[in-house]
Amino acid sequence: MTMRKVDPRIQVSRRRFIKSGVAAAPAATLLAGGATLGAESAWAQANSLPAHAMATLTQMARDTYPHDQIGDAYYRKAVAHWDDSTATTAAQRQLIADGVAMLDTEANARFGTDYIKVPAESDRVTILQAVEPSPFFKAVRADLVVSFYNQKELWPKFGYEGASAQYGGYLHRGFNDIDWLPVS
Amino acid sequence: MTNAAKFSQSDNSVFVIVGSGAGGGTLGNELAQKGVKVVILEAGPRYTIPDFMNDEWPSFSQLAWTDPRTTSGTWRVAKDFPNLPAWIVKAVGGTSIHWAGASLRFGEWEFKAKTTYGEIDGANLLDWPISLDEMAPYYANAENRMGVNGTNGIPHLPGNNNFKVMQAGAQKIGYKTVFTGNMAINSQPRDGRGSCEQIGFCFQGCKSGAKWSTLYTEIPKGEATGNLEVRPLSQVIHIEHDSTGKVTGVVYADAKGVMQRQKARGVAIAGNSIESPRLLLNSASSRYPDGLANSSGQVGRNYMRHTTGSVYASFENPVHMYRGTTMAGIIRDESTNNPKRGFVGGYEMETISLGLPFAAAFFDPGAWGRGFTSKVDDYANTAGMWIIGEDMPQETNRVTLDSTVKDKFGMPVASVHFDDHPNDIAMRNHGYQQGTAVYQAVGATRVAQVPPYPSTHNLGTNRMSENARDGVVNKYGQTHDIKNLFISDGSQFTTGAGVNPTLTIVALAVRQGDNIAGMMSRGEI
Repeated sequence: MTMRKVDPRIQVSRRRFIKSGVAAAPAATLLAGGATLGAESAWAQANSLPAHAMATLTQMARDTYPHDQIGDAYYRKAVAHWDDSTATTAAQRQLIADGVAMLDTEANARFGTDYIKVPAESDRVTILQAVEPSPFFKAVRADLVVSFYNQKELWPKFGYEGASAQYGGYLHRGFNDIDWLPVS
Repeated sequence: MTNAAKFSQSDNSVFVIVGSGAGGGTLGNELAQKGVKVVILEAGPRYTIPDFMNDEWPSFSQLAWTDPRTTSGTWRVAKDFPNLPAWIVKAVGGTSIHWAGASLRFGEWEFKAKTTYGEIDGANLLDWPISLDEMAPYYANAENRMGVNGTNGIPHLPGNNNFKVMQAGAQKIGYKTVFTGNMAINSQPRDGRGSCEQIGFCFQGCKSGAKWSTLYTEIPKGEATGNLEVRPLSQVIHIEHDSTGKVTGVVYADAKGVMQRQKARGVAIAGNSIESPRLLLNSASSRYPDGLANSSGQVGRNYMRHTTGSVYASFENPVHMYRGTTMAGIIRDESTNNPKRGFVGGYEMETISLGLPFAAAFFDPGAWGRGFTSKVDDYANTAGMWIIGEDMPQETNRVTLDSTVKDKFGMPVASVHFDDHPNDIAMRNHGYQQGTAVYQAVGATRVAQVPPYPSTHNLGTNRMSENARDGVVNKYGQTHDIKNLFISDGSQFTTGAGVNPTLTIVALAVRQGDNIAGMMSRGEI
């Protein structure tokens, strides 16, 4: 018997995709064409923060937790709540707006353009490193490590299966099926 | 619950227990079985097994004690999780809902730390006023009631993938005592509870009920006697005493935040090692200006959290460490006292696993960028172990009342200060080195040495001592200063030993139940 593997393809029905939001406003845009559209147009209907700020946060999310096998939609979803006036305070939105301005100031000083237009990830990372001690970076990163990795749709990408009690646990589903260890 | 008692708040014949975890829940059942009327006041809500969630963050929100606390000191937790020094539970059943189930007896020498280790600079070592011989029958009682496998003819659990990796590596480097542990997790149906289904999520509340927790063992058994009432959502604010100094009852905030008073014949505190000293300190009065039971000045001091750390290793092939019990096995070869290693005391290596959401949060708190995400990308191929060893009690490692931050009831919150002792650091580094060797022996492609998580083992802040000047309670957990006030949790540990603490907490609670009942029948309290 060989180990039971986990299918890494993201299983999302169209219905669930719409329901789960991927940020209510960008969802329609994504379904219409998704990542092929410009980073800011994906946030064309942002509510509380400028589309530029949300696009910058999205790029910052990918640069903070880069996983090349995961599409932009999930990074957008992970930061979408910053744009939700019912989920954030005015002070928090100001922190984001000021933080985005700070990223752009750093980017312009170093590379002569806004953060999202700096082409190389390694260059954008130097900008993030420059702002790492700021309350803005700390708040976004601490939030992101939950809001990004806690998306159940992504778990199979990492080989994680999540809840098991409803299937009777892993007792008959591979808890001890490792097949590559040296025989002692 | 059908037979559960309901006592009057003015009934001064009841014995009040603060907290319903391994210590409080067990003591409550013991006293109820002996005919003592008991009220357990629990700060958190009461859940049932179906309420538990196989989902790390929602479960954390459901179960964890997340009321504000503050931190200081050089431990990394103060930087990474400044308001979360400990990962413990606020619910009926307490941290016995969250614990992994490892149930190990102390070694004989671990009750005699000062004698065995000698004078260690900066360490406030003391021998326990009890020996292993005295504890043996109570350990046996605890193992039987908890259904510890490897005792009472109960078979060990089968090993999961995460254990098999650790076991193979351990054998390759010559370790001998490697097995699936002495776990209080049913390997076959027992005591009205089913057998382990290898669900994982042991930390999130066991959904099969195979793992022992006071929530569905001790507490309902105590309630069935008609002598035990458990009041959830009842957070004790302070303990009252009369002009002779004896405690007379407690004031607690009920579910609506309204202050209530429960009269009591005696009080036992079992709120875990952060809340228990906080309650004593917050109960200061003109008679006891430094807090109750604090004539020694030791309340809140000698806070221990075990020397911990984790080792996670990436392999070429899948492990799926999250499948099956979280603490699925142990290496015990390093658990002896062998100062030639450069430190005193011993440690265990026990498998541990985290789901993907917690792996992201705890693999390297605060880290980001490709160096970090490449570890997350390895998640399916990762095996993990936890190092847990004896840490040195230090007077300056301490729970105090925060001078500015108050909780929603206006009560100063606990502030936890911790610095590693050089012995702790030497032990952790040895554990990292040995854990790394274990995994490299079976082909690890990368090994990560992960810093301690918020404390799950909180010990020592109301420690037991022979002499009143050295500690807070005597060998029965009775405070030196006030004869009808007791401590019933891990805060009474004189030293921490190199093993998981729950079995000893339960054994002490059973022993304390015998002694409190005896004191009552002799009219001493």
